[in-house]
Amino acid sequence: MTTATKSGVNMGRMVLYAALVLFCIYYLLPLYVMVVNSLKPLSEITAGGMMSLPGDWTLAPWATAWSTAQIGVDATGLKPYFVNSLVMVVPAVALSTILGALNGYVLTKWEFKGATLIFGLILFGCFIPFQMVLIPMARMLGLVGLAGSVWGLVFVHLVYGIGFSTLYFRNYYAAFPTELVRAAQIDGAGFFTIFWRILLPSSGPIAVVCIIWQFTNIWNDFLFGASFSDFDSQPMTVALNNLVQSSTGVKEYNVHFAGAIMAALPTLLVYIVAGRYFVRGLMAGSVKG
Amino acid sequence: MGFLDIDQATKSYGAVKVLHETDISVEEGEFLVLVGPSGCGKSTLLNMIAGLEEVTTGDISIKGRSMNNVKPAERNIAMVFQSYALYPNMTVKGNISFGMEMQGVAKEERERKIAEVADLLQIGQLLDRKPGQLSGGQRQRVAMGRALTREPDVFLFDEPLSNLDAKLRVDMRTEIKKLHQKLGTTIVYVTHDQIEALTLSTRIAVMFGGYVQQLGTPKEIYDNPANMFVAGFMGSPSMNLFPARIVKADGVTAAEITLGNGGTATIPFDRPALTAHEGREIILGIRPEAITDRDGADRNSNAVHVVDAPVEITEPAGSDTFVVTQMGGKDVTARFRADVDVKAGDSFPFAFNMQKAVAFDPKTEDRIA
Repeated sequence: MTTATKSGVNMGRMVLYAALVLFCIYYLLPLYVMVVNSLKPLSEITAGGMMSLPGDWTLAPWATAWSTAQIGVDATGLKPYFVNSLVMVVPAVALSTILGALNGYVLTKWEFKGATLIFGLILFGCFIPFQMVLIPMARMLGLVGLAGSVWGLVFVHLVYGIGFSTLYFRNYYAAFPTELVRAAQIDGAGFFTIFWRILLPSSGPIAVVCIIWQFTNIWNDFLFGASFSDFDSQPMTVALNNLVQSSTGVKEYNVHFAGAIMAALPTLLVYIVAGRYFVRGLMAGSVKG
Repeated sequence: MGFLDIDQATKSYGAVKVLHETDISVEEGEFLVLVGPSGCGKSTLLNMIAGLEEVTTGDISIKGRSMNNVKPAERNIAMVFQSYALYPNMTVKGNISFGMEMQGVAKEERERKIAEVADLLQIGQLLDRKPGQLSGGQRQRVAMGRALTREPDVFLFDEPLSNLDAKLRVDMRTEIKKLHQKLGTTIVYVTHDQIEALTLSTRIAVMFGGYVQQLGTPKEIYDNPANMFVAGFMGSPSMNLFPARIVKADGVTAAEITLGNGGTATIPFDRPALTAHEGREIILGIRPEAITDRDGADRNSNAVHVVDAPVEITEPAGSDTFVVTQMGGKDVTARFRADVDVKAGDSFPFAFNMQKAVAFDPKTEDRIA
């Protein structure tokens, strides 16, 4: 039995909350710096007011970063590169998730000779360092005519993504009752019907996990984006780098901050929208057993 | 040729043979139960009939048509699974109609059949629920409803009652039997529960170690077990099996039994087949209900013999009292009437109805008499 008095308990609580709030502030400080500095004129930053709230609120840095900032040689702003990233990330995430789900389905419910070996190899693919494949992949993309295009990047991310998405779905479907598949077989459903009508509708949590994971990785990727794209197919991350690194003129920190937030926003959004399924999905396998 | 013919069917996984050459011929409308302990091959055989497992060698045919290379959906069978296997994302109605939808049945026809089945199984009020919102018994009904809409040639049941609690299991058992009597469809039913096997079936195949040990009506299996495995597996409490020596006493063949107090008893056991075993040891098999108190003995039997033996334990069970004594070094259970006054430690007369006794070879464990 605890002998702590009521006020003792409250004291403990207060210390705990104070510590948590402190950590919270510490953790959110960079975001605060980014947001406030993206909303003030450059003069206020150069005057040394990094931490203060804007004296003169303005959205101009955002507008500049979006549509007129100098990226590489053209003053296009980040807009076309944001579009590039979207065009790259949506099909890459969708396809790698669907293919991962199909792989997981086949590996668990239509077991064949060598299935374990193939799964092992796919898993191995997850852990091959990006740098190792750069040159072979460049050669490969050149051969199939996808070099320097957004579709080339989609392909690269798709190939890399299948490893993880297969891992997720295989482990999820391993706990999915095989009797359901057999019942559907007797009912007369074929391979794809069973997949679409029976397995996929029950795959919500793991699909969310997979989508968040793939989206974050692909959106945030810099190495492949920098290696395999041309000027007109660069993704957001590479364009942001070009914006910040541009050596001509004054460094417009407020524009840089605005651009950085823009680059981070989609992943943030995905977490907020789908985040509550994320934990649920990660836990699903362990609870069901 | 039967309705469902299993002809020399075997199943092997690599070098491991899980089902040895099996021959079973099922007539139309029969209720065949495959019973045996885990790993005896019964579920494998059922899955082979369903087409979920391939036949390694041999043949399975339904209505004279060989089913090798026929897909499960085209065999005109329906199956009820142990876990019910209801699709969790569909409503009860969706579950029942899914099969018909796959078979291309028109919507009005589907609706009509769903209503019919819902009526038969009294699940009308559940049609819009998801399986997760149903109790075990309700899921069981839905699973049967789904199977019924197919109007199959053969119903396959894979341990359908083993996930239910004891009371519900007995109720559903009765319902399945009623359903069979009403519809008259051929059923193959897998269970490890020998009571289910005896109560439901018209014929039983007792399986063990990948072999059918015995195929017969419940009465044949119960009264005339082919070997010691069948004798011990079927019936509860199980058949008493204990060693005895075959001797000649007063010109009659008899079984000499060692009692718990070190003494011996000789019980006439006059079967022609046993004369060849004179002087040798056999395993005597006799069910608890064939060993009674003197007044509880079967009056129609002409071979009731009384033996005084020491009582080791009594187990009152309400309607009966089970009395345990030692014979041939084994515990032997007798079934006395409940009101017999018997106490542990007494020497008490046990009446053996030797008409019901059977004898096995101790080495091969096969029936000899």
